[in-house]
Amino acid sequence: MDVQFSPEEIAFRQEVRAFLETGYPAELRGKFSRDEYSKEDFLLWQRTLFARGWGAPAWPKKYGGTGWNATQRYIFQEECARAETLPIPPFGMSMLAPVLMAFASEDQKAHYLPRIIEGKDFWCQGYSEPGAGSDLASLKTKAERVGDHYIINGQKTWTTLGHFADWIFVLCRTDPTAKKPQEGISFILVDIKTPGVEVRPIITMDGGHEVNETWFTDVKVPVANLVGKENEGWTYAKYLLAHERTGIAGVARSKKGIERLREIASVELDQGAPIIRNPDFAKKISELEIDLSALEYTELRTLARESRGEGPGPESSILKIKGTEIQQRITELTLEAVGVYGAPYFRGFPQDGDNQHPIGPDYAHLTAPMYANMRKTSIYGGSNEIQHNIIAKMVLGL
Amino acid sequence: MDFNFTSEQDQLRDTVARLVRQQYDFDTRRKVAKSEAGWRPEMWSQFAELGLLGASFSEEDGGFGGGAIEAMIISEEFGKGLVIEPYLQTVIIGGNFLRHGGTAAQKEEHIAGLVGGETIFAFAYSEPKSRFDLNDVSTTAKKDGAGYTLNGHKAVVIGAPFATHLIVTARTAGGQRDISGISVFVVPKSAKGITTRDYPTVDGLRASEIYFENVSVGVDAVLGKIDGGLPLIEKTVDYAIAALCAEAVGCFKVLNEATITYAKQRKQFGQPIANFQVLQHRMVDMFMAAEQATSMTYMVTLKLDEADKARKLAASGAKVQIGKAGKLISQDAVQIHGGMGMTDELNVGHFFKRVTMIESQFGNTDWHLRRYTELSNS
Repeated sequence: MDVQFSPEEIAFRQEVRAFLETGYPAELRGKFSRDEYSKEDFLLWQRTLFARGWGAPAWPKKYGGTGWNATQRYIFQEECARAETLPIPPFGMSMLAPVLMAFASEDQKAHYLPRIIEGKDFWCQGYSEPGAGSDLASLKTKAERVGDHYIINGQKTWTTLGHFADWIFVLCRTDPTAKKPQEGISFILVDIKTPGVEVRPIITMDGGHEVNETWFTDVKVPVANLVGKENEGWTYAKYLLAHERTGIAGVARSKKGIERLREIASVELDQGAPIIRNPDFAKKISELEIDLSALEYTELRTLARESRGEGPGPESSILKIKGTEIQQRITELTLEAVGVYGAPYFRGFPQDGDNQHPIGPDYAHLTAPMYANMRKTSIYGGSNEIQHNIIAKMVLGL
Repeated sequence: MDFNFTSEQDQLRDTVARLVRQQYDFDTRRKVAKSEAGWRPEMWSQFAELGLLGASFSEEDGGFGGGAIEAMIISEEFGKGLVIEPYLQTVIIGGNFLRHGGTAAQKEEHIAGLVGGETIFAFAYSEPKSRFDLNDVSTTAKKDGAGYTLNGHKAVVIGAPFATHLIVTARTAGGQRDISGISVFVVPKSAKGITTRDYPTVDGLRASEIYFENVSVGVDAVLGKIDGGLPLIEKTVDYAIAALCAEAVGCFKVLNEATITYAKQRKQFGQPIANFQVLQHRMVDMFMAAEQATSMTYMVTLKLDEADKARKLAASGAKVQIGKAGKLISQDAVQIHGGMGMTDELNVGHFFKRVTMIESQFGNTDWHLRRYTELSNS
C-alpha cells in the first residue's frame, strides 16, 4: 500500500491540468459554479474531451475509452473538480453505456456507443413513475408488441434533463401476466422525437428546471430498440443501478466544495471575526472534512478491489449514502456561513440594470437554492434507505 | 498509488489471525486477565519467535524489513482477540521512540532485546493533572553532574507492571505547560527510587501509578534532544494512535459480526430479530462506521511519515472517526444483544469496555477535533 503518486502519475496529473487550463472551452468557464448550463454546453464539453481522446475515462479501450487505471481516473476527476468543469451527465456515459456493453447486440453497440462518446446524443433515464419510486419494480408503463414494433403507453417521472434529451432508455412492462413484479420488464431505447412522447417540466423548490414528467401515448418504437432479451430488463436495470452508485461518491467535487466553504467562512463575519474562527462552526467543518477523508479512502479501497477484477460490490452503497450526506452537508454549512445574504433570490428574475450594485456577495446568491436542491441526492439513485436495505441483504446477509 | 497488500503482508495477517484464533479465545483471555500476573510472558515469547515484534522495523534497525503497515495488520488482528500483552507500548511506542529519537548506541542497546522479547517498554507520560496534553509535564529532570535526577508522579501507565523499561517524559526547563523544556528518558524500571502501585484497568489490562523519587540516570538515558523532546513525543504518539485505530477496527469487526450472528439467532415475536428493518438499518450503520474507520486507519498509517502538520491532521482525523465509530458500534452492539449484551459472560461487554478506553487514550474525540480544527485553520 502506498498513497504516494508515482512520477508517471504526477506527470499524468500535470498533463490533465495543462489540458484543462487551455482546452476547457472558454465559453463554459464559470458555468458550473453559476449553476447555469445548456444542452449545447454539455455536448460541447463532451466533444472537446472526445477530440482530446478522453471522451470516456471509464470505458474499455475497445469502445473508444481511455483504458485508464483507477488511479488515473481518480486524478482526472480531481483535476476536473479543481478546474470546476461541467460534469459529464451520467445517463449515457455511465448508466446506459455499461448496460449496452454487457447486454446489447453488436449492431446496437456499434450505433449508440460512438454517438455517446462523440457528444452527438444526449440521453435521459426512464425509470421512476408516479407510482413506482423506491419500489421500482411496480412500474406500469407498458410496451405491447405489434408486428415489428412496440407500442408504449404510460408515464415516467423525475426525468433528469429530459428536456435536453435526444433519447430515453425506458423500463416497460412487456408481460403483464408475469408472476412477480420483477419479471416481464423490458429495457427499450426510445427516440424522444417519436410522436406521442411529451416532456413536461417539473419545477423544484429551488426554482430550477432539472427534472420532468415524460408521457408516452401510443409511442411506436421498432423492436430493434429492445436491449437484450424481452422480459429480462430487470437484470439490466439492476446492473445499471450498481454502476450508477460507484460514481456517486463525488469525493473530488466535495473536496472543492469544502475548499470553497472555507474561503467563504474566512470572509463572512460572525461577532466581528471570520466565522471560521467561531469554534462551533469550525468544528462542524472539521467533522465534515474528516468524514470526507474517510469516504475518499473507502472509495480508493473500492477502486483497488475493482482493479483486482472484483467489480463494484454492494459495498458501493456506502459510497452513495456517505457521499450524498456529505454533499448535502456542504451546502447546508455554506448556507449557514453566508448569513442574511442567503435570502435574496434572483433565479428567473430579470436583471437588466447592469450598472446597479449587486446585492450581497456573489457566492451567496445560490446557497439557499443549492441547499434545497441537494436534498434530492439522498432520494435519487435508490434512496439512502433503499441503500441500507441493499447492504443489509447483500453484504450483511440479514 | 496502490491499495493492495503484498503477499508477505497477507501471510503476516494469516499468521497473527491463526495465533489469536487458536490461543486467544475469549475464555482464555478472560482467565489471563483475572490471573495474578495479568498476562502471559510465554505468549510474548511466542510473538518474538513468530517475528511479530520485529515485523515493523527496517532491516537496518534490526527488524525484518516492514513498517507501519505491518504494525497496522498486527494491531488489527490483536484487536480481534483483545490481546493484553503490551505490543502497543513496547513495539509501537518504544520502537518509534528509538527509531525516531535513538542514537546508534541506544538502538544497539534496546532494539535487539525488543525484537527478541526480552525488553518490554511502558510509556510514562500522563500525570494526575495533565489529562491529554503531551506538553503538560510536571515531573522534573534536573541536571545533576554527568546525568539527571527525576522526580514526579506518572499516572495510569498502561502495561507498566509487565515492563522492564520505562520511557519517561520530564521537564528539564520551563513551566508546567511550556512547549519547550521537555525531555524524554529511557529508564530501567528497576532503577533506584522508582516505586509503583499496580492495578487492573476496566478493559482487562494492567497499569501502574509510578513515583520517581530522586531517580538518577546518565546522559545516555536521554532519547532525542534535551528540552526539545515534544516533537518526538508527538510523532511517536501519532504512530501509537494509528496502531490504536487499527486495534479498534479489529474490535469493531468482532462486535459487528457477533451482533449480526446474534440477531439472526435470537427470536422474538415468532421470528429472528434480524428481520426487523429498524435493527437492520442500525446494523448497516454499524457496518458503515467500521468501513469508514478502516479507511481512516489506512489513511493515517500511510501518512505517518509526512511532514508534521499533515501527519497530525491525519492522526487527529482518524482518532475522531474511530472515536465516533466506537461509540456507535459498541453501544449498538450491546443494545441489539439486549440483556445478554450486559453480561460479563459474553465477549460483547469486554469489547465494549476496550473500545471505550480506546476512545480516550491519547486524546478523546473532542480533544482531537479541537487539534484538527486548530491545525487546519493555522
